[in-house]
Amino acid sequence: MTVETGPEVVAALEEALETIEAAIGDDLLERRIERGELTIRVPAAHIVRVLTFLRDEPTLLFRELVDLCGVDWPEREQRFDVVYHLLSLHHNMRIRVKVHTDETTPVPSVVSVYPAAGWFEREAWDMYGILFEGHPDLRRILTDYGFEGHPLRKDFPLTGYVELRYDEERKRVVYEPVKLRQDFRTFDFLSPWEGMGELLPGDEKAQS
Amino acid sequence: MSEREIRTFSVNFGPQHPAAHGVLRLVLEMDGEVVERADPHIGLLHRGTEKLIEYRPYLQNIPYFDRLDYVSMMCQEHSYVLAVEKLLGITPPPRAQYIRVLFCEITRILNHLLNITTMALDIGAMTPLLWGFEQREKLMEFYEEVSGARMHANYFRFGGVNRDLPPGLEARIAEWCDQFEPFMDDLETLLTENRIFKQRTVDIGVVTAEQALAWGFSGPMLRASGIAWDLRKAQPYEVYEELDFDIPVGRHGDCYDRYLVRMQEMRESVRIIRQCLERMPEGPVRVPNHKVTPPSRHEMKRSMEALIHHFKLYTEGIHVPKGEVYVATENPKGEFGVYLVSDGTNRPYRCKIRSPGYVHLQALDMMCRGHQLADTVAIIGSLDIVFGEIDR
Repeated sequence: MTVETGPEVVAALEEALETIEAAIGDDLLERRIERGELTIRVPAAHIVRVLTFLRDEPTLLFRELVDLCGVDWPEREQRFDVVYHLLSLHHNMRIRVKVHTDETTPVPSVVSVYPAAGWFEREAWDMYGILFEGHPDLRRILTDYGFEGHPLRKDFPLTGYVELRYDEERKRVVYEPVKLRQDFRTFDFLSPWEGMGELLPGDEKAQS
Repeated sequence: MSEREIRTFSVNFGPQHPAAHGVLRLVLEMDGEVVERADPHIGLLHRGTEKLIEYRPYLQNIPYFDRLDYVSMMCQEHSYVLAVEKLLGITPPPRAQYIRVLFCEITRILNHLLNITTMALDIGAMTPLLWGFEQREKLMEFYEEVSGARMHANYFRFGGVNRDLPPGLEARIAEWCDQFEPFMDDLETLLTENRIFKQRTVDIGVVTAEQALAWGFSGPMLRASGIAWDLRKAQPYEVYEELDFDIPVGRHGDCYDRYLVRMQEMRESVRIIRQCLERMPEGPVRVPNHKVTPPSRHEMKRSMEALIHHFKLYTEGIHVPKGEVYVATENPKGEFGVYLVSDGTNRPYRCKIRSPGYVHLQALDMMCRGHQLADTVAIIGSLDIVFGEIDR
C-alpha cells in the first residue's frame, strides 16, 4: 500500500486544490480527493490554459506529464474522458485532470505545454479516435499500417474484424475477415444474489 | 531554373536489427553520416493487452503484466497488484511485503544486467554479455524456485504473494549476493574505464534536466540527468521506507552517466536484498481475508465455507469497489504506472498501462539529432527499451 493516503498528503492536496480554485475556479467542473488522489475536471476548450497554469504556478509546479489516456463511456453523451496525470517533483504531488469529449469534437493538443504528450495523444487517437487539435503529427501509432477502427472503444469487438496470414501462393501477408474456430466465450458474472436488493422473490406474498 | 542538390536520404533501421532491441523500425533522415531526424515506428509487437485486460477477471490479468516488459516481470505485477489493493483497501502482511521487495530488487538486477551488457555488445564489447547472462541465469533460478517459471512468474497476488519462499532459498540468495559483488568489480574493469566504451558513450545523447522533465523521463534516465528522484524514496511503498539505500545520480545526462547510474543501482539493489534477508519476519504471506485470497487446501477439505470461497474466487473472481486509482512503482526502467478504473464488477473497466520505455523512446528523435548513425545505436542501448511494454 502506498503511503500517499496519509493525512499529511491529503492536507497538501487540499491546499493545492485551494490554489487551483483561486486561479481557475470558474473552470472547475468537478473536484474531488479520493484515496489520496486529487482529480479535477475542466472544459476541454481550456485544457491548454489549465495545464500551463498547473505547470508554472510556483506552489504547484506539475512539470512532468506522466500519462495521458482515453476512457470510453459509450452510454454518456460525450463518451470519452481524456485523462492527464501530472507529477510535481518539487512538491511530490500528483494530480489527475480530466476533460470530456466525443468522436467529433477535437481537444486542443497540449504538445506545446508538454512535449511528452505527442505520442500519448497519438495513442489516444489510435485507440479511441479522439481528435487533438494542433497536434503536429497525428498519425496512428500502435496499430498496423492501414488499420481501420479504434480498438479500445467499448463497441469494438475483442476479436477484431480482420485477421492476417501469410499467403503461400501470393507470397505476401493477406487480410481476411476473422473466422473463429470456436465460439467466443464471454460470461456474465453479475450474481443475481447481489443485484436483488432488499426485496426477495416471495416477500410480496408475506406483505400482502 | 537552377538545380538544387538534395542531400538528405532516408535509412530504414530495423525492424529486424540486432541493435534495435526488439522490433523497432526507425526511419532516419540522414545528411551524410549525420542523423537529421529519427522517426520511430512502433507497434509491431502490439498485442492489445489493455483490451484483453478489460475482458478478464482481475486475477487472470496478472500474467499479462509479466509479458509486457519481459525482463522486469515481477516489478510490473507489483504496480498492478498495488493498484488493485489500493481499490480493495487491503495491506499485505509484512513477510509478503519483504518478499515482494526482495524480488523487485532481484528483478532490477536482472533488468540492468541485460541492458548494460547488450548495450556493451551493441558498441563492440562481447564479454560482458557472456558474463552477465551467467548471473542472470542464477537469478532466474530464484524466480523458478518461488514461482515455477524462469521468467513469467505470475507470483504476486492481491494481498500478498502466491506462496512462501521454499526452505533454504534465503541462504542461497545470500550466497549469490556474496559472489555478485566481486562480479560487479570484474564487470566494471571491462567497461567503466574502457577507452573504446568511453569514446562511444561519453557526451553522446546528452539530455539536460530541463529536457528530461519536459519529455517525461523517469527512473535511471531522469537520474542520469542530475535529478534525484526515485519513487522508492519519494513516495515509498511496501517496506522501502525502513530500508537503507542510496539513489545514484548522474551529472551530464549522457549515455555514459546512464550506464554508471545503472551499475551503481545494481550495487544498491544488492544492499536492499541483504537487508530484506536479514529483516524478513516469519508469518503468513497472504491476508487471511478469503474474499480476496484463497483458503488453504487443508481448510478446503474440512470446511464448506472455505470450499465455497475457493470456488467463487476461481470462477467469478473478486469484485473490486467502484473507483479509479493511479499507482506507480519504481521499475528498473522508470515509473511504471497502472491507471485502473473499476466499475464494481469482477473485471477492470479500463486499465491504462503507463510504460516508461514508451516515453523514453519518444525522445529518441530529440536525442539523436546531430549525432552519427553509429551513435544512434549507443543511444537506443542506453534508453533501455523493451518492446513488450512499449507496444503493449
